Amino acid sequence: MRLEGVRREFRSGKRVVVALDGVTAEAPRGAVTGLIGPDGAGKTTLMRLVAGLLRPGGGGIEVLGLDVARDPLAVQQRLGYMPQRFGLYEDLSVRENLDLYADLQGLPPDERPARYATLLHMTGLAPFTARRAGRLSGGMKQKLGLACTLLRPPELLLLDEPTVGVDPVSRRELWQIIDDLTRNGRMTVLFSTAYLDEAGRCDSVWLIHEGRLLGAGPPAGFTAEMQGRSFFARAACNRRRLQAELAGLAGVIDTVIEGGRVRVVTATPAPPETAALAASLPRFSLAPAPPRFEDAFVARLRPEAPPAATAPVARAAAAEPAAAAEVISVSHLTRRFGTFTAVDDVSFAVARGEIFGLLGANGAGKSTTFRMLCGLLPPSSGRLRVAGFDLRHAAAPARARIGYMAQKFSLYGDLSVRQNLRFFSAAYGLANARQRERIDWATAEFGLQFALDATAGQLPLGFKQRLALACALMHEPDILFLDEPTSGVDPLARRDFWRRINDLAEAKVTVLVTTHFMEEAEYCDRLVIMAQGRVLSSGTPEAIKAVAKSPALPDPTMEDAFIATVLAAAPGEAA
Amino acid sequence: MNASLRRLSGLLRKEFLQIWRDPSSLAIAFLLPAVLLFLFGYGVSLDARGVPLAMVVENPDAASADFTAAFAHSPYFRPRHFRTIQRAEQALAKREVKGIVWLRSDFTRRALARPPAPIGVVVSGVDANDARLIEGYVQQAWAGWLASWARTHGRPPPLLVDVAPQVRFNAAVSSRNYLVPGLIAVIMTLTGALLTALVIAREWERGTMEALMVTRVRLAEILLAKLIPYFLLGMGGMAASVAIAEGLFAVPLRGSFWVLSAASALFMLAALGMGLLISSFARSQFVAGQIALIATFLPAFILSGFVFDIASMPAAARLITHVVAARYFVAILQSVFLAGDVWSVILPNGAALLLMAAIFLGLARAIARKRLD
Repeated sequence: MRLEGVRREFRSGKRVVVALDGVTAEAPRGAVTGLIGPDGAGKTTLMRLVAGLLRPGGGGIEVLGLDVARDPLAVQQRLGYMPQRFGLYEDLSVRENLDLYADLQGLPPDERPARYATLLHMTGLAPFTARRAGRLSGGMKQKLGLACTLLRPPELLLLDEPTVGVDPVSRRELWQIIDDLTRNGRMTVLFSTAYLDEAGRCDSVWLIHEGRLLGAGPPAGFTAEMQGRSFFARAACNRRRLQAELAGLAGVIDTVIEGGRVRVVTATPAPPETAALAASLPRFSLAPAPPRFEDAFVARLRPEAPPAATAPVARAAAAEPAAAAEVISVSHLTRRFGTFTAVDDVSFAVARGEIFGLLGANGAGKSTTFRMLCGLLPPSSGRLRVAGFDLRHAAAPARARIGYMAQKFSLYGDLSVRQNLRFFSAAYGLANARQRERIDWATAEFGLQFALDATAGQLPLGFKQRLALACALMHEPDILFLDEPTSGVDPLARRDFWRRINDLAEAKVTVLVTTHFMEEAEYCDRLVIMAQGRVLSSGTPEAIKAVAKSPALPDPTMEDAFIATVLAAAPGEAA
Repeated sequence: MNASLRRLSGLLRKEFLQIWRDPSSLAIAFLLPAVLLFLFGYGVSLDARGVPLAMVVENPDAASADFTAAFAHSPYFRPRHFRTIQRAEQALAKREVKGIVWLRSDFTRRALARPPAPIGVVVSGVDANDARLIEGYVQQAWAGWLASWARTHGRPPPLLVDVAPQVRFNAAVSSRNYLVPGLIAVIMTLTGALLTALVIAREWERGTMEALMVTRVRLAEILLAKLIPYFLLGMGGMAASVAIAEGLFAVPLRGSFWVLSAASALFMLAALGMGLLISSFARSQFVAGQIALIATFLPAFILSGFVFDIASMPAAARLITHVVAARYFVAILQSVFLAGDVWSVILPNGAALLLMAAIFLGLARAIARKRLD
């Protein structure tokens, strides 16, 4: 597959949006090429161009030696494509979906039994052939989708974000399937994802951001250039303070909290000058770390060290509170929908100023728990206290102290930034001088000055997120609920977002986060892992990761820990 | 079996399974028609019956009693007696009655002198239908009274034209008899255009269309796989509606069943063509539903001559009705049900339907692309 200066624009009203801007790349035959980039980078557009579903605005695409624009049907004969919102017919059973796609792909009936058996075995769907596709779990749906596109083995397989939102166990299984498919070198795979940590699984990577190709090549090449530039720092102090201090050092381009330590990335292959820090922070240590793909991405986006980060959070100096007051307490919370138990006997407590995470795949019961905490949904049984209020009786006063940022962009896309701020502040009961003051604060704090009159719906994703957070903070809540706050945004926007969240936590705002994003869990002070409505494990990120520690895996990732926890809870029941 | 046929049969099987398992399609195809038929069959009637009418007789005597009795015995009126015209007018203002028949104290004397008749008639114009009814009936009653008075008194009847309207084709003058056939056009528009546009939009929303597009399937196969099932569903809805009309409401079917079926099939194709056309640019169910309602359902209701007579529409509206397929179908339906196989009505309207079906289906095929842009 070869792309030559591919360009594509979309017109929305009077504006012209450039989705792809001169992408030139080549994917090797018989290998897995990862198309990696945040949401809105142009991944889906590129997939559709390759599949012949869109015509390029400029440049040419050659797939399997054919010009896609000239002969899309001939290319479509030889490729398999699994769109992002995969096209399974939910009213049809697993078997009926397979039959339909077998008919569409012209698989002769006498070859079907053998092919079905292979695919069902590979995907582990054999016991569920009579089940309707709509009743499958997220991971199983993706596997069925994959099976449908593989009925007649295509020469080129296009997978558009097959692993997003899928639980880590299914994700690992999907990768296993893809590895098996490409082992004999006959199938070429183009795999798109917003998870940067999946780069390592690909043979070759195209890194795209805002329609431009930032880099292409084997993933090892990306990490190789980061050799000697990644470090882990530890100190016996608040890790957020440690991060803030490190971010202020010269030559440091990136700092990320990873459990109990902070990952530091420098602009040049040399450790940062930390003598001063070592003197001021107790038990400070700095050790080289294996570079990650994400480090390379950030380094490409931000080749220079950012202008000295804003002064380390002043409030951080405050001593750790001796006895942390419980702000949210949940005990034996259960919610049933008919015979289905969405949340099953969940208990946890969150202290003031703590960042607490609910980690789980789609359908694990996170959102239901969240809705009950916000007082939007009454629990079937169990007790719930938020800011000292019993949500069953005093939802309104409790809500006045809660800020909520929904997963989907929940602002008014047709209003300007200023109008959104004004509306949400009014909705929270602010008026006159107080309202103006808060709007000014939000504008300054979130860097929205230049976007005040822009239409909210047309802002880049990272900006939308900032605006959503600003709106949720208008009434200065002391509890903040974040539902999948940074899924799909680029790493810089995510860092920016978490820096603000950390500042808030330092200012004693209690933050509750749901996420299916393993990395986001690292930012939490404490978290629970949820699956099928139950809490499987809880504790600090370090403690949770310790479960998966073994001689073979001395430094497990959150994903390793998640899989170990899920498998330990339900042995033999994968996904 | 060749590859194309196999793909088509696979798609068809899928479509039927979906229709069967998704209650909303079946509801639009069968439940909605039944509800509409019951509503129009039992609930809505354009016939005036039991219209409340004020009678003011200032000087009751045998002659006036004779006259008012004509109203009392009529099924169309429910007369109420008032002493004075003032009281009656109050009742009219309060909408307790829809009209006043006022016989002055000198009624009998002047009645026999010379026309005009000494009867005051006041009608409320709020409901034009009732107003016309009262007017016409008063004239008839007056004529009837004069004639019988002349007979009983052995005199030649006064100079009067005997107004005896004759109603043809719908002898019972029941609005049900022409509403129910017209309703069939509305019902078929629903399945043909609305349902088809909705199910295709749903495939776009769920991403299944995108997955279909990259398989070897040809566009014609995708379109046919939508056309065939919903054609059958629409014809099924039509058959059910006819059965209800015949069995429950005893609407006459004077023409042949085959003419009815052929005309329905043509109309169904035109409606499906509209549905496919809409779905080629509406990719969300909401938009598809809105467009289908505005572009097909409402015109079928308002501009087809189903409820409102086309001939009495303003010229501009009349012009628009020519592009409403339902107009031609309603004309055929009313003729087939109430008059019989009147070829001078059926042939030109049938030809118009054929033309519209060809245009819409042709456009839908020409616009459809196996691409997303």
